[in-house]
Amino acid sequence: MTLPRKAGLGFKPEHFPAISETKPDLGFFEIHAENYMGAGGMPHAMLERLRADYALSVHGVGLSIGGPDPLDRDHLARLKLLCDRYDPESFSEHLAWASHGGVWMHDLLPLPYTVETLSLICDHVDEVQEHLGRRMLLENPATYVLFDDSDIPETEFLTEISQRTGCGLLLDLNNVFVSCVNHRQDPRAYLEAFPLNRVGEIHLAGHEEEELPSGPLLIDSHGREVAEPVWALYAETVSKTGQLPSLIEWDNDVPDFATLMAEAERASMILSGDHDALAS
Amino acid sequence: MRSHRDFARGFRESLAGGPAPQNATAQDPAEIERRFDVYRNNVAHGLTQALARHFPAIERLLGAECFRGIARAYIAEHPPRTPVLTEWGGAFPAYLADEPSLQSLSYLPDVARIEWARSRAYHAADAEPVAPELLQETATRAGTHLCLDLHPSVQILQLLTPAGSIWASQQPGGPAPPRAKEWRPETLLIARRGISHVITSVVRSSTGRFISALSAGETVARAQDRAGADFDLNAALLLLVENALIVGAGIERGDES
Ligand SMILES: [Fe+2]
Repeated sequence: MTLPRKAGLGFKPEHFPAISETKPDLGFFEIHAENYMGAGGMPHAMLERLRADYALSVHGVGLSIGGPDPLDRDHLARLKLLCDRYDPESFSEHLAWASHGGVWMHDLLPLPYTVETLSLICDHVDEVQEHLGRRMLLENPATYVLFDDSDIPETEFLTEISQRTGCGLLLDLNNVFVSCVNHRQDPRAYLEAFPLNRVGEIHLAGHEEEELPSGPLLIDSHGREVAEPVWALYAETVSKTGQLPSLIEWDNDVPDFATLMAEAERASMILSGDHDALAS
Repeated sequence: MRSHRDFARGFRESLAGGPAPQNATAQDPAEIERRFDVYRNNVAHGLTQALARHFPAIERLLGAECFRGIARAYIAEHPPRTPVLTEWGGAFPAYLADEPSLQSLSYLPDVARIEWARSRAYHAADAEPVAPELLQETATRAGTHLCLDLHPSVQILQLLTPAGSIWASQQPGGPAPPRAKEWRPETLLIARRGISHVITSVVRSSTGRFISALSAGETVARAQDRAGADFDLNAALLLLVENALIVGAGIERGDES
């Protein structure tokens, strides 16, 4: 069971009426797992309706796979409950950490890539996959600093995790662009080194730009349209990989549904090899 | 996992106001603090937003800037112990009550209690109301041994301030806030009718005591005793039935086992 190789959207409750009325042609919807962990009420009622009509991707933000602490057993149990109830086509989480000493910071925090963190994360991914009884996808992060004790390149780190644990990868092209610009690296070289054959889903999102003395600092804001250079990376990537499930992430300053659909339609056109879709 | 643990602890101290982590680096090391600010801002902003989603009326009453200041202090003292942020914020009403700068706003913690209860009600488990015929039939058979199961969302707040009226005045198109001479304690029923509609009703305090007793598993007869003076049983039952809050009816087991 995998996601359709089509464009999908992040589900926002305010769009529920528009979605149930128009039943838009989309490959899937993605939800943040932690927003659906209450006992009942409207969130689950909406999700059940949505799930009946569409393929579903459950995307976790709170597991802290890259953190030093053991994975939170209660949270794993909540994720299992959610996955068992809705049987999503995909479950994904992040190469990042979010908790330490029992406290959650509600952000996707960066970590050094070392032999030590590699084996820690592999253990965590094994544990998640075993606990949920399904294969997961791990997403590359957007980062703003590097660590001088990192001695494994991110692409190699992700390749190694994927090979050792059998997990798939979620390639966030906005994160690739943001990180590479921030660290003055070439996103095409990054993608050249990325194990594209392990990718089960692509993320596309908007970012903000600030100016530092040395050049731009891009912030992964999920609050606007996908930027043109990211669309270009997308077209280049799918020309190599073929069609892949592709999500538009827009989580802040959420626009009306039509605006989101326009982004999804652009992704669909690029997926189907329409090169005019690049020059909007 | 000693060294990664040290890294995470140090990183947290950096988020809480310390300098950026020692091993953090960038092409131009002079920019490390500015870059690390992105994480400081993300964490503070994300958690403040999460708190504001639970407590929109508090944010309106305090103003965005004051709310942000209080929220940051709350986050430092009561950070989330769960990744499920819909479950985080339960200590905020008591925190407001203890905050020295807010002592003149006696109603504020009560308004926060209302908003937290509404959040709880919104996410509470689903339960279908019991059919009227079954309720009637069980009531007849049970006599004074009738027990009622209430919807999981049902909460009673006995407040010393008119916080229910103040909360209502903060809603779009709400009534004017109560004037000084209308200042009195309020009892509130907060619950969810069906899937989505969270009700926030000012009720008599006797009705509140009755519903609390039912929730604690008392029979209708004993809950009626607990309700005390000024109690209208029919009005209280009607309130529960009209809002689909009676989800089960049964007969109390006798002591003769
Ligand atoms: Fe993403």
